[in-house]
Amino acid sequence: MALRQTPSQTVGPYFAYGLTPEQYGYDYKSLFGPVLAEPQAPGEHIRLTGRVFDGDGVPVNDAMIEILQADSRGRYVESRAEAQAAGFRGFGRCGTGTHASLHYWFDTVKPGSAGAGEAPHIDVIVMMRGTLSHAFTRVYFEDETEANARDSVLAALPAERRATLVARREAQPCGATYRFDIRMQGPKETVFFDL
Amino acid sequence: MAAVTPLTPQLAPRDWASHPPYVYPGYKSTVKRGPTRPLVPLARSLAERRAPVYGHEDIGPLDHDLTKNAAKNGEPLGERIVVTGRVLDESGRPVANTLVEIWQANAAGRYVHKVDQHHAPLDPNFLGAGRYLTDAQGRYRFLTIKPGAYPWGNHPNAWRPNHIHFSLFGGYFASRLVTQMYFPGDPLLAYDPIYHGAPAGARERLVSRLNLEAAGEPGFALGFEFDIVLRGTRETPMEA
Repeated sequence: MALRQTPSQTVGPYFAYGLTPEQYGYDYKSLFGPVLAEPQAPGEHIRLTGRVFDGDGVPVNDAMIEILQADSRGRYVESRAEAQAAGFRGFGRCGTGTHASLHYWFDTVKPGSAGAGEAPHIDVIVMMRGTLSHAFTRVYFEDETEANARDSVLAALPAERRATLVARREAQPCGATYRFDIRMQGPKETVFFDL
Repeated sequence: MAAVTPLTPQLAPRDWASHPPYVYPGYKSTVKRGPTRPLVPLARSLAERRAPVYGHEDIGPLDHDLTKNAAKNGEPLGERIVVTGRVLDESGRPVANTLVEIWQANAAGRYVHKVDQHHAPLDPNFLGAGRYLTDAQGRYRFLTIKPGAYPWGNHPNAWRPNHIHFSLFGGYFASRLVTQMYFPGDPLLAYDPIYHGAPAGARERLVSRLNLEAAGEPGFALGFEFDIVLRGTRETPMEA
């Protein structure tokens, strides 16, 4: 390799008007937001939500979460035109600073399995003031017991840490909700990947 | 007849010798927010996912011009600057059609963000956010105002050096990079724990170069060049 990678730096506390402007009420178009799936997108519509906790268990009010996932049939979106036709973008971005409870949320569809040995999952990027590099993690679904048991990524983890990646399903008036909290540190520190 | 070994591009790993550690005590917020357990390796095939999808239609005509994209009744105050450069991978190949998002303080060192309480004026004609989709040579170009320094709470009399935040995707989900560009000769760099969080020998890549020719039209704006290198791909034999 002829060149070396440009180092990462923190996203800092003031990203909102640049990266998530509409969510935070700034007069600038958002390129990505918390809605991945329009009503016509095929599949089970779900909400993914949760909070980010620091090492003292305090919820973080200035984190930004990005997610990437397959559609309900396990296919990844490959073009903008395809995303528009299907009503499904496959990628979302949400900050934790616009609700009193400091949660992030995404309105999406439950992903299908993308292949043998892969349980349905959502890939996640976590960044905030106080992280000099972003962190990668993953969401799995608690009601996919059999698929989770066969998933090669989950299988490679120590059993006691797997639960940090499994979202809990809750029935809410707005529909199926999966709760996925992210713990940066502590005894239940979320599994982060070297992706 | 020799069998042809199919080649598949494989994303090079994150070069941790170039990136800051998660916990860097000089930057206090990292102590409670950086992951402390070793990262778990993921199969390289999972790094091949491309995302997100976007296109030229998503970029507004003034998104690259921060001196105009939020103007209400005049021009923003401060030194006009052109910030330009190329987005490359580690092999020196241009990363074309990739999104570059920037945000920054105004000339007085104040961010539009509601939680920035630094006692310095907002500029009614300046938001401080921009976007660009790189061209076929990987080049981007912004016209903006030189951001001011501002104090922060990390330690007594801590001041951030002048900087512009950059967010890039590259061709892959795993080539994501969020970073900051600094200005050459800034005396505050010597005191900044965020800059020093990047390893010596790597952090210098975060400092732009003065290029008086970069702005094109003479006498209009100072020019700064900042090339960005993302994770590259290697051609490796496909596993059977």
